[in-house]
Amino acid sequence: MDVEILSRIQFAFTVAFHYIYPPLSIGLGLIMVIMEGQYLRTKEPVYEQMARFWTKIFALTFGIGVATGIVMEFEFGTNWATYSRYVGDVFGSALAAEGIFAFALESGFLGILLFGWNRVSPRVHFISTIGVFFGSLFSAVWIVVANSWQQTPAGFHVVGEGMEARAEITDFWAMVFNPSSVDRLLHVWIGAFLAGAFLVLSVHAFYLLKGRHVELSKKAFRIALSVATVFALAQLFTGHHSAEGVAVNQPAKLAALEGHFDSLAVADAYVFGWVDKKNQQVTGLSVPGGLTYLLHYDLNTPVRGLNSFPEDERPTALNAIFQFYHLMVAFGMAMIALTLFASFQWWRGKLFEKRWLLWAFVLAVLLPNIANQAGWFAAEMGRQPWVVYGLLRTSDALSAAVTANQVVFSLILFALIYTLLFALFLYLLNKKIQVGPESEERIQHNPRQEGMAGVLGG
Amino acid sequence: MPTILGIDYPTLWFLVVGGLFSGYAILDGFDLGAGALHLFFRKEESRRIALNAIGPVWDGNEVWLVIGGGALFAGFPVMYATLFSGMYIPFMLFLAFLIFRAVSIEFRSKEKMKWWRQMWDVSYCVASATLAILLGVVLGNVLLGMEIGPGQEFEGNWVEFLNPYALLVGATTLGLFSTHGALYLLMKTEGRLYAKLTILARRAMIFFLVTFSLLTLYTLIYIPHLSDRFRSIQWLFSVPVLAFLSIANIPRLIAKHQYGRAFFFSGLTMALLLIVVAIELYPVLIISTVDKAYSITIYNAASSGKSMGIMLLIAAIGAPLVLSYTAFVFWTFRGKVKLDETSY
Repeated sequence: MDVEILSRIQFAFTVAFHYIYPPLSIGLGLIMVIMEGQYLRTKEPVYEQMARFWTKIFALTFGIGVATGIVMEFEFGTNWATYSRYVGDVFGSALAAEGIFAFALESGFLGILLFGWNRVSPRVHFISTIGVFFGSLFSAVWIVVANSWQQTPAGFHVVGEGMEARAEITDFWAMVFNPSSVDRLLHVWIGAFLAGAFLVLSVHAFYLLKGRHVELSKKAFRIALSVATVFALAQLFTGHHSAEGVAVNQPAKLAALEGHFDSLAVADAYVFGWVDKKNQQVTGLSVPGGLTYLLHYDLNTPVRGLNSFPEDERPTALNAIFQFYHLMVAFGMAMIALTLFASFQWWRGKLFEKRWLLWAFVLAVLLPNIANQAGWFAAEMGRQPWVVYGLLRTSDALSAAVTANQVVFSLILFALIYTLLFALFLYLLNKKIQVGPESEERIQHNPRQEGMAGVLGG
Repeated sequence: MPTILGIDYPTLWFLVVGGLFSGYAILDGFDLGAGALHLFFRKEESRRIALNAIGPVWDGNEVWLVIGGGALFAGFPVMYATLFSGMYIPFMLFLAFLIFRAVSIEFRSKEKMKWWRQMWDVSYCVASATLAILLGVVLGNVLLGMEIGPGQEFEGNWVEFLNPYALLVGATTLGLFSTHGALYLLMKTEGRLYAKLTILARRAMIFFLVTFSLLTLYTLIYIPHLSDRFRSIQWLFSVPVLAFLSIANIPRLIAKHQYGRAFFFSGLTMALLLIVVAIELYPVLIISTVDKAYSITIYNAASSGKSMGIMLLIAAIGAPLVLSYTAFVFWTFRGKVKLDETSY
């Protein structure tokens, strides 16, 4: 295999692995803020117990997120040197802002969040939790801005030619608010909230089924269900808006998402299907004219198809893109159905009576996580053959100094170490879930330190 | 090129990146150093205390690397691309050990079996020491220069990073980090572990002094381009003199059992040594050993003035924020380590 495909595999593998964790951290951050806020408001110890419990799991996802995130940053330089030279000027300010406003905020307050329960007052601790949560939200902002710029470049001009060409920033705010960044940021944020909320739902559903931590779990489940229901519905709108943006800015990608070839035809929307690239056909269940209707709110307007693009400007992995996209949509719908049904049961006062429903929530943690992954695969594969849409091809973006053997070495290294890391994650997650929230009496409150913390908290 | 106070943007950003890497060395230096000494602690409780002394802060310390790397990418994308792709294997090993170390810290405390803890203690210690050495090796290669050809691409062989000079810089880094880590632990511990550390701090200091002396001799004899600026502009010579004074202060303060102050000077030493390096290199970042014309400098590697202006503004707003809450976190966890239910 050549350097290009190896480097792409390595990047896809490391970024997909990385992306298991940040959404969970962002989502759990939101839930922790709500739980701790409830504790401060009601003074009921049960909320402190659940906040402390989820903080431990947050620490796990956050730690692995940081470790695997450094890999991503370094890979820009190691594997994609030409890309780095090309985009450095534009990404520079986004990265600087990410480092200073997001990472430092998160990691600074993380120490207090994890180890400071007995050292600072509840209020200072709450502020630290909010600091960490905001930090994680900001970090998503800058990385999504950078990625969106690759999808829909704006606020720059190109200097130099051929391999020497670079993009230089001309308008910072146009770069930040490039045509796709707001839609995609909201979509990513909500995907993260869902990932966190469904993890909380899953664990507490499990406790309820086992009859452990029952009162605490009921309260925590309701918090997470509220979050999940609201955002599962909201995701429908951000998703739709994103797709409208793709139709305008990246028509080739949109055509690939629905497997639409013929520009003169009305476009269908598939529920599921299979793309036959050679015969340019999709077999499956579709809503005739569905895509056309979603984009234009009528049934007659043709949608630009893949055939209208030169062969070397179309995404190649058409069936994979189609499948990833439809998987994401299907799982999104499943989340809406499940949370709406559960909310309806809650309203009837029968939320915790159906064991099958609780089992469904135990397993449903996979839905948002797989949907998040699938969405990114569709977005990134749909952008091909470009790394920066319309400007820089992926095949031109590599490191000239790196050989295939070196990438094979690092790929094996990452496969080994990430296997270990994933085993660690599952092991620790399971262990923390088995131990469960600490009972109220077991939470140590050191009076001396609380005295000191009282001064701190003002 | 626009300027602030007569200093052009690339130079300012060179200072920012230098400041971030100094901050990273001072902060992650002590937790890597503490890790490198880990197997010298024999008792289980000592090891736990040593781990918990860095527990609340090591993750935050590594963030300085993320930010430093980001700042380098942002300000000097060409440098970032050439260095990272040219040093592919050391950077990949660095990443692998970085993750391996984090895994070790987290895994160790989760089971009580003796072999389990011993296994993760060994991997934690080896990973910490290797990371210190790898940082030094990369720095050594930057000092020595690399085979950079047209298009600012690295043209050399991938094994070239393992040269004697770079390895010597690696050993020196390990020595300085270990000293720094021992001094940090001395501030955080008491009793038997403290007594043990007083001995370890001395030994680490001796190791550093030996490697550092060798390195200085090697540099002066074989790599004249790393000292010519100090020969030509004599008042600059005060900077290495300050660095030597700072180094000399460490054993003096260790002898007087003033470990907090000694820790300050081991940190200062890192900053001063990096300033010495910066003075010598400026405005070059990596000398090309193929042809000086291909050397990477802060000017031919820099982002545009517009981009740098935005980044400097962001840094000016952000830096006071970062410093204030970093100080707040360290202040919160000041004092000797007490194990409690949130500990490793």
